[in-house]
Amino acid sequence: MGKLALIIKREYLAKVRNKSFVVMTFLSPVLMVGMVALIVYLTKVNDNEVHTIGVLNESHYFSTDFQGTENTVFVKYRDIDLETAKDSTLKMGFYGLLYIPDEPTLESVANRSFLYTKEAPGSAIVENLEHVFKDRLRFQRLQELGVSVADYERVDLDYEINTATFLGERNVKGVNEIKAIIGGGFGYLIMMFIIIYGGFVMRSVIEEKTSRIIEVIISSVKPFQLMLGKIIGTSLAGITQFAIWIISAGLLFSILILVFGIDPGGLGAGAAQAPGLVGNAATLASGESTMQLYANELFKIPWAMLIIFFVIYFILGYLIYSSIYAAIGAAVDNETDTQQFIFPIILPLMLAIYVGFFSVFNNPHGPIAVGFSLFPLTSPIVMLMRLPGGIGEGGVPIWEVVVSILLLLVTFMGIVWLAAKIYRVGILMYGKKPSYRDLLTWLKY
Amino acid sequence: MNNILVAKGVSKKYGDHIALNKVSLEIPKNSIYGLLGPNGAGKTTLIRIINQITYPDSGSVFFDGKPLEAKHISMIGYLPEERGLYKSMKVGEQVLYLAQLKGMSKFEAKAKLKYWFDRLDIGDWWNKKIQELSKGMAQKIQFIVTVLHQPKLLIFDEPFSGFDPINANLIKDEILHLKENGASIIFSTHRMESVEELCEYIALIHRSEKLLDGKLIDIKKAYRNNIFKVGLGLYSNNGVLDELKDKFQILSSEYMDEGKQLNFTVKLPSNDTGSFLAHLSSKANVNNFTETIPTANEIFIKTVQSKNIHG
Repeated sequence: MGKLALIIKREYLAKVRNKSFVVMTFLSPVLMVGMVALIVYLTKVNDNEVHTIGVLNESHYFSTDFQGTENTVFVKYRDIDLETAKDSTLKMGFYGLLYIPDEPTLESVANRSFLYTKEAPGSAIVENLEHVFKDRLRFQRLQELGVSVADYERVDLDYEINTATFLGERNVKGVNEIKAIIGGGFGYLIMMFIIIYGGFVMRSVIEEKTSRIIEVIISSVKPFQLMLGKIIGTSLAGITQFAIWIISAGLLFSILILVFGIDPGGLGAGAAQAPGLVGNAATLASGESTMQLYANELFKIPWAMLIIFFVIYFILGYLIYSSIYAAIGAAVDNETDTQQFIFPIILPLMLAIYVGFFSVFNNPHGPIAVGFSLFPLTSPIVMLMRLPGGIGEGGVPIWEVVVSILLLLVTFMGIVWLAAKIYRVGILMYGKKPSYRDLLTWLKY
Repeated sequence: MNNILVAKGVSKKYGDHIALNKVSLEIPKNSIYGLLGPNGAGKTTLIRIINQITYPDSGSVFFDGKPLEAKHISMIGYLPEERGLYKSMKVGEQVLYLAQLKGMSKFEAKAKLKYWFDRLDIGDWWNKKIQELSKGMAQKIQFIVTVLHQPKLLIFDEPFSGFDPINANLIKDEILHLKENGASIIFSTHRMESVEELCEYIALIHRSEKLLDGKLIDIKKAYRNNIFKVGLGLYSNNGVLDELKDKFQILSSEYMDEGKQLNFTVKLPSNDTGSFLAHLSSKANVNNFTETIPTANEIFIKTVQSKNIHG
């Protein structure tokens, strides 16, 4: 077995056998599912809460309104004044009191109505009440204008301009966002992986340094081999962990679905309707075909290409960052000294995520999106957010992808070379917390 | 080829700091070679160059007559001054891993490991983690890691620091045994007296430069100062001393009443002891007569001083 393979194997086993790794691997999916279940439960509890609102209606409008809904019960007061109504609302422990005074016109009644509550009222309740008033007001104004409700509803229409590429392919609204979210998911995955497993690489380097075994090992293998073996071994452990998570999370979710009888079809339908609502599907001539368009768009996302590029950007991005992490681990004596060096690493990662979500969503081919998808420290994340739009016509121009990967490769070689130099010197330096200036002089050794 | 290792004009700089300045050494095969000098003299840098952990800025190193290269790593065993093993890794696994990194096959390493476990009286440690072992036990494991792959050249940096006296003795015996079996050994230490008795050859390194090197006996001969310790059997201190003081340069003297013996040290003008001894014999019984040979430490101090004066 080659020395590199030996190192990879040891690093992999050391990581995988670690108790905290085992615990984290098997606990995380449980925690995740637990979180989701908790959120679902809490939302349900929240939704099921029934509010009772007292209504003191002194006007001759709204006598037939406020019949109550699923979550709101209206109790109507008669023949008492406002103060008494307030008192009894409080005494009964109702959520609030809606006061509608007696005024000559509907307008002034509406303007002088009040909702009294102990604390600021929930927005759902306020909206619900406002809706009632709005409907009444609209109806009255329509009457004044001599327009029938049927006519009014015919006036109220939604319009969307049809968009297409010059080749005649129809574009669908919101698809850019959906694509960016899919790409963003990949990008986010890369970022999380870099931060978590880069940290593991760093700690493992520090451990070798503090246990002083480092000198024995590098008298047998080249420091670069050790660094590379460590990075690869740790990332293989990470991939193992991800694989276990994906499989076990899938299993757990399907068990949940079976046990609680959640209808995945229903969930899917709900989710699919959401983008349709943006364009108010009901008024469009054919809601069905819009759905079909979205489905087509999702199918049109070049998944195979996306996954290939994900792997390329993932490997290059991870190697760049984890070799920086290794160099940091080599430069310091303990983990507390790493802070000053870690921040500059996290910064481009965070920047990539935020720029990606703000700029790529708006305009996947705008100058900012292009710039950040070429810059090698952010390109693994930002380019992946752009790629679901395809490569070439209508998508990311081929030259951008080529340049971005070339830049990434050059940076990869440069950074790994620099990191290896710092690593080689750093692992044999003890006792002093190095400054950036020290690191610079190490490069000359 | 009589030398296992030859260094020619090896220099190494760290930034502005010169760690080694044109150091040349010849380490004969099957010898014990002492690399002596105070802390920070450049010994560790030289050892790291031999181990190919760092590389010289100029100069060259030859291993067994050929320029030092990567494949020689498996023929060198190195016990660094800063010792350590993976704390949470099991003993057996760890030694096998490190042996494989030195190029041994797993099978071969296992067999050798059994041999050394028996030899150093290490019983059922195979599945113990290093952090469960005592410091002395861990040191034994570290020693095995150094020698397991049967290196032609063994380098021990401060070998006896950290060992308790019993284990230090055990290790010393093992090192001598390895030498008998044909290995060449480099000792590096700043405590010169600790290895002087073992070394046939030494090199003194001070402030990045080699001050002197060669066979220890030859060096001592060169540095002999013609001072002798003499014990004369006399029933009383009856003027013999005064007479000697007139004729010779007596450095110190003492008469022991109980042993009826006059002890004194004398510095002779040359190494010719014959006439002096003849003179003594005519006066009294010579109970003992020994040359005071300078220790490596004394030689070192003397060399540094003379260098400071001349340089």
